[in-house]
Amino acid sequence: MTMKKRTGVMTKKLKRKTALFMAPSVCGVATFFVIPFLVVIFYSLVDNPVRKNWVFLDNYFSIVQNKAFRLAVTNTVKFSLISVPLIVVLSLLVAFALDKNVVGKSQIRSSILSPMMVPIASVILIWQVLFDNNGIVNEFLSHYDIARIDWMKSDSAQIVIIILFIWKNLGYNMILFMAAISNIPKDLIEVARLESASDWVIFRTIKIRYLASTILFVTIMSLINSFKVFREIYLLTGDYPYEALYMMQHYMNNMFAALDYQKLSAAAILMSIVMIILVGLLFIIENFVGRDLED
Amino acid sequence: MKYNREIKTKKRNKKKKILSAILIFVAIIYVIPIIFTVCNSFMAETEISANYGKIFEGVAGAGAGKYISETVHLKFIPDKVSFKQYFTVLFNSPDYLLKFWNSVILVVPIVIFQMIVALLASYGFARYNGKVRQIIFFSYIILMLMPYQVTLVPNFIVSNWLGITDTNWAIWLPGIFSPFAVFLLTKCMRRIPVGIIEAAKIDGAGEWKIFTKICYPLCKSAIASVCILLFIDYWNMVEQPLILLKDSDMHPLSVFLSKINQGEIGIAFAVATIYMIPTLLVFQYGEEYLVEGITYQGGMKG
Repeated sequence: MTMKKRTGVMTKKLKRKTALFMAPSVCGVATFFVIPFLVVIFYSLVDNPVRKNWVFLDNYFSIVQNKAFRLAVTNTVKFSLISVPLIVVLSLLVAFALDKNVVGKSQIRSSILSPMMVPIASVILIWQVLFDNNGIVNEFLSHYDIARIDWMKSDSAQIVIIILFIWKNLGYNMILFMAAISNIPKDLIEVARLESASDWVIFRTIKIRYLASTILFVTIMSLINSFKVFREIYLLTGDYPYEALYMMQHYMNNMFAALDYQKLSAAAILMSIVMIILVGLLFIIENFVGRDLED
Repeated sequence: MKYNREIKTKKRNKKKKILSAILIFVAIIYVIPIIFTVCNSFMAETEISANYGKIFEGVAGAGAGKYISETVHLKFIPDKVSFKQYFTVLFNSPDYLLKFWNSVILVVPIVIFQMIVALLASYGFARYNGKVRQIIFFSYIILMLMPYQVTLVPNFIVSNWLGITDTNWAIWLPGIFSPFAVFLLTKCMRRIPVGIIEAAKIDGAGEWKIFTKICYPLCKSAIASVCILLFIDYWNMVEQPLILLKDSDMHPLSVFLSKINQGEIGIAFAVATIYMIPTLLVFQYGEEYLVEGITYQGGMKG
């Protein structure tokens, strides 16, 4: 009894002492993210930050009906839907290939990782040289009598951005997959081979199971990175991109410039809800796939 | 039987060779943009406008009055190596140096102070794991996953309240308290065996001493990894300054670079190369830490 009491006092002490360590971070996060986020929720429900009349979901309805917002959502969703699965599959392929002890493995890894390090602003010039209407790619195409495409000013602009996105982010995903692949128990695969299981069966029944949680993580990270692609678009095309490249961040920037707090808040809340749902959904899927590995 | 196996290994070797070839090809494509930028930075302005003038033609001053070839050439080796662009950037146009300095001033304090705040917090999270802390930690993860489109709105509102919009503080403070480093460092600290800490405690070490003498040194490589990840992330920032700093004189070079391209393409490559140098140096010396840091991020739930 006294022993129990003593340990109770000790944990309390420990709790108090270590809470001090967390204080700066928790206070900072509260001031700069959590409390203002609650205010953002409030702003999204009133007509004006000054007058503060409750309008409930009117702001949401008005942005959902807004043409620019719809365009931004469509483009962002389209971009994420194409680029995220593509980059996950490609980086998984590259990781599997590198796992086969190819020649110059570490050099290949370094060079695929290097775009992640280089600031996107530094390499934007070559992208302009490549994909300008008079650029290298068109020059190359015209050798084969293929009609020029004005890459940045047509619907193919999204293709350019997807290539840039994959170039930039593949290395990061590849590293994650390589680490996960090296964690797959080798003896399990060995046994399966002895039982004369084909490569495809091994891949489907063993490797994918063990990679499930990494695939989930890579998908989430790629999704987040796909929302950051505004950076590339802005640096390539400036404030007024071609319509196909008008993303959520462009819409937000316009609202910032107009100081339209209500719409800004409503858009941010909508987006955070979507993010939470997506992440939750991915976790549920992962639980479903990797269930038998839990222990 | 033996014959059969030989064929199999042969087949495998052939497969491996093809695979290597493909991967090497991909690797080369990957570094081309970087090499291209560096090589072209040594190209004199006349040569640049001759090669790429057509692309930047529409922009004022790009290739005015100079020879512009009909077709655009992708050129790696300059006809004549010239350092004049670098000279111009470094000594004749203070604008670029100023923007470079802006970048340094914005990024370095964020990295240093986020590390300090995060190290302390992660010790708190790792040392004791109650219900409340679990909830806080979980909300940190959610916050970490939120895209800029969401987090910039609260940041903007706070900096308006505090009256720090258009000052570096508007970028610094949200950066310093961003939960990314806390997440990774906590994972590292949780791996430290409890036995070591208990032993130190029995020997009479207080919490502060355990933190500075045991946990901090044991996490050094994770600290290096997180520093690198933070540095490359913030060195590349575009969204935050665009929204939080109205005064374009305060913008970092990452934002400003896209504007030079339109004016003086001759030196744009040189500026781009200078901007890459810090990150390439970090990559050169810290690649292992970078890889380790990314791997750390992998096990989200851990």
